[in-house]
Amino acid sequence: MSNPNNVSLNINHALEFIDGNALNIPTLSILTEDGDIHPSATAPAISKHTAIKLYETMRFIRLLDERMQGAQRQGRVSFYMQCLGEEAAVTASAAALDQEDMIMAQYREQAALHYRGFTLDQFMNQMFSNELDLGKGRQMPIHYGSNELNYMTISSPLGTQIPQATGYAYGQKVKHIDAKTGELASIIDNVTICYFGEGAASEGDFHAGLNMAAVHKAPVIFFARNNGYAISTPADEQFKGDGIASRGVGYGIKTIRVDGTDALAVFAATQKAREIASTQGEPVLIESIAYRLGAHSTSDDPSGYRSKDEEANYKTCPIEKFKKWLVKQQWLNEEDDLKAKESIREDILAALKRAEVVQKPALEELVSDVYDTPIPSLVRQYNELKEHIQKHPDAYPVTSGRIK
Amino acid sequence: MAKMNMLHAINSALDITMNEHPQACIFGEDVGYFGGVFRATSGLQEKYGKHRVFNTPLTEQGILGFANGLAAFGAPALAEIQFADYIFPAFDQIVNESAKFRYRSGNEFNVGTLTVRTPYGGGIAGGLYHSQSPEAYFAHTPGLKIVVPRNPYQAKGLLRASIKDDNPVIFFEPKRLYRASTGEVPEEDYSIELGKAEVVQEGSDITVLAWGAQMEIIEDAAKQASEQGIHCEVIDLRSILPWDIDTIAKSVTKTGRLVISHEAPITNGFGAEIAASIQQACFLHLESPILRVCGLDTPYPLALEKEYVPDALKVLAAIKQSMDF
Ligand SMILES: Cc1ncc(C[n+]2csc(CCOP(=O)(O)OP(=O)(O)O)c2C)c(N)n1
Repeated sequence: MSNPNNVSLNINHALEFIDGNALNIPTLSILTEDGDIHPSATAPAISKHTAIKLYETMRFIRLLDERMQGAQRQGRVSFYMQCLGEEAAVTASAAALDQEDMIMAQYREQAALHYRGFTLDQFMNQMFSNELDLGKGRQMPIHYGSNELNYMTISSPLGTQIPQATGYAYGQKVKHIDAKTGELASIIDNVTICYFGEGAASEGDFHAGLNMAAVHKAPVIFFARNNGYAISTPADEQFKGDGIASRGVGYGIKTIRVDGTDALAVFAATQKAREIASTQGEPVLIESIAYRLGAHSTSDDPSGYRSKDEEANYKTCPIEKFKKWLVKQQWLNEEDDLKAKESIREDILAALKRAEVVQKPALEELVSDVYDTPIPSLVRQYNELKEHIQKHPDAYPVTSGRIK
Repeated sequence: MAKMNMLHAINSALDITMNEHPQACIFGEDVGYFGGVFRATSGLQEKYGKHRVFNTPLTEQGILGFANGLAAFGAPALAEIQFADYIFPAFDQIVNESAKFRYRSGNEFNVGTLTVRTPYGGGIAGGLYHSQSPEAYFAHTPGLKIVVPRNPYQAKGLLRASIKDDNPVIFFEPKRLYRASTGEVPEEDYSIELGKAEVVQEGSDITVLAWGAQMEIIEDAAKQASEQGIHCEVIDLRSILPWDIDTIAKSVTKTGRLVISHEAPITNGFGAEIAASIQQACFLHLESPILRVCGLDTPYPLALEKEYVPDALKVLAAIKQSMDF
């Protein structure tokens, strides 16, 4: 029986409250620590090509993170954020998607972007905010984005991408509605994935985004990266109840929780989620559990808020775990892996050196893209600025030599 | 007196408040054990306990809604927004709720015990989302008070006054100065009256006005001007709302000239309000048009920050332009 407000009434005559912890959502786990398939689990169908690409992406990101963390300490870049511990969660989810699916990320998902084909030089150009940066040097390091790769440019305010993902996915769905009959095609060719942290899931935008997606059936995969911390705030000061997954259930959204250090579990869950979103035209929520092994960012020092003992409890390396499986499949051997690492390290250093010396964007880029074309007041301000710089070229060495 | 940086001075003002009022609470993202991302609340949780100094979930809308409720109850609500750039999710709670609580209820209820602290402004290579100066958005809202200190001494005295003030106050802390600015600060309690500008340097030729971290810039420009024989009267506005028209008008009546500088974009920045009001108050005394040296009408950029900001050279150019008019 249902009442008019879409609530199924299950009449009870005993005074009982449902406990806030009543839900206990299971966590999908497929790989063992030794790289075997759990006896009661089924491995997803994954091609050798995809599995290797997935592994190579994780390995690359680990090396890039290490190098850039170091580069920040040397003062060569102003800021960096690594995804240590979450490589499998991000990469395997991206690997389960279609290249044309939209990715709307939070900021710690460089692996998804690399999986899509974002090049080493593109990463570096953004971090050095030089004139080759697709974002024209306007945002802090790690705020990547690429239209070509269907990866929405990162915005710092947390959670804002969540309702936007709902809207974007709704667009992908509307595209498949027959203009004459008003009916939806049985398969939507592309969906949207939206990544966010368990911290960002406290923002109003999260609630707005999930509720809109549920009610209007948007084909969006919400991917919550529950890594235990939002800067210094531990998850138990962030939310009560059963994780972020229980919220999905609350909104009436199909939900699964996965071990985020397990590339096969994440891959399987995302593949299935994509199928649900694209064939049923509705949202899905995945909560991935993978401890943030590193600092929040290079501006942060986790020793101020968590102990070495605690960190040691979560030492599982998602890359090693997957590698063991690959080796057992005989798809990878240790020796080649070591050699590859060396040459990637060299590539990274060379790209860093290249990007470092590329000049900053030209003065015009200060006023371009505020609007489609600069409005009159902006043109005036630009001309005044140009004149000022021409009078004092030494004070503005980055742009003065190139003013036309 | 002790030597303090701005963070210590703010911490000291909060400490005094927590001691003074048993229900005062400090809350915001990461402010608990960690002491906030800039460490302004360091040590306070150890001292006053987890019930009064605590991390909130990551929701600015929630922080301000909660703060409004707590303040309506009558407890000093000392809310922190981690960066002023992230105050916008709380815009509705501040502009429609904090600001209008007293008016709409005929003072049946008010949130006078609310103080919102937030790091603001540029100069830290933070780009778009870690550099904004949103004071003008709030200055358009009757019912709020808005305060910006320029050094540790001001920070402690103005923060104490903001907390004791019986109106909701937004206290913008120039984050570039947090550690960079140090000075003598009394350990004991003191307050600096809100709504009063300070004449930092007397001069006869031209009035130069700013607030917050921009004070350093105009002081530098004034120094360079004096080497060229121009005597600037340098004023720190300190309170954006209410703002001290009398002190500014008196100064401009004397000097006949005014240059206003702020980091936020020029169009509809708070400088526009000052220029219009001073033009009306001092029309017959003005020797030249009031000039504004501000950010461009663009988001705050990263790579071309030096070009974007109203630096001392641009302020100096405006001073000379005004003198040569
Ligand atoms: C609206 C907003 N408030 C505050 C911040 C500052 N901030 C940046 S990252 C962060 C923590 C985010 O934690 P979480 O969402 O759990 O993701 P994680 O960093 O753990 O991957 C905070 C508070 C912000 N960027 N946006």
